[in-house]
Amino acid sequence: MIELKEIIAGLFIFSGCFFIIVASIGIVRFPDFYTRVHPAGKADTMGQILILTGLIVYEGLSLISIKLFFIICFILIVNPTATHALVKSAYLSGLKPWTRKKEND
Amino acid sequence: MRFLLISLILFSFWFLLSGETNPILISSGIISSLFITYLSGDLLISEGKVRKNVHLYIKFLRYIPYLIYEIIIANIDVVYRVLHPKMPIDPVIVKFNSELETDFCIVTYANSITLTPGTVTIDVGKKRDFIVHSLTSKYAESLLTRDMEKKIKEIENV
Repeated sequence: MIELKEIIAGLFIFSGCFFIIVASIGIVRFPDFYTRVHPAGKADTMGQILILTGLIVYEGLSLISIKLFFIICFILIVNPTATHALVKSAYLSGLKPWTRKKEND
Repeated sequence: MRFLLISLILFSFWFLLSGETNPILISSGIISSLFITYLSGDLLISEGKVRKNVHLYIKFLRYIPYLIYEIIIANIDVVYRVLHPKMPIDPVIVKFNSELETDFCIVTYANSITLTPGTVTIDVGKKRDFIVHSLTSKYAESLLTRDMEKKIKEIENV
């Protein structure tokens, strides 16, 4: 007999995996560094947060779920900051962004 | 007063992480939280601005639901653009100035831009000039309407 809690946790973890898979596909498909950072910075954050939320739902209210909640807060601060550091270093070293026009030339 | 408040926050954080009730360990937790407050308590709540900083954090909590909503929209959008066969992207770089003043709000704004639809912050200069990479020009325009900046401005006006 599967509990309701397990179903909800499973749904969260499944959707988190979906977002991470889509982020990986996006990193492969997008044309240049700047556009690749978009799926890596956004969909990855969302995927990790959804998986951790699923684990919190599965665990219930305990010290472990509070620690998982702290990890979520940490990811929300660190992931955009790391993305920003990557893009800034690329921008400062003079990498030119890809645009639609160049492709048509 | 400020010292005790910060050590109390640090100690509750320590307690939630460890979950220990052994008196020796608890006293070591108290000592370490007092020591860390002495070393770097200024980073959490700076001296002479106790009321202002606490208000700032409380107002920031109200901003979080809006941010979560924007993050969900952003992710559905990224998923759509990644999986669409023709990849409907046309990247542009926009530069604009922000009216935000405190460091906390500028960091919040820059990170919120990265997390919301189609935009990634490249750089924030010393004169609060933002350089933002946007997946399409539509998102760059929605950034220039400054809805999000107004929301963060509300946090700043304590």
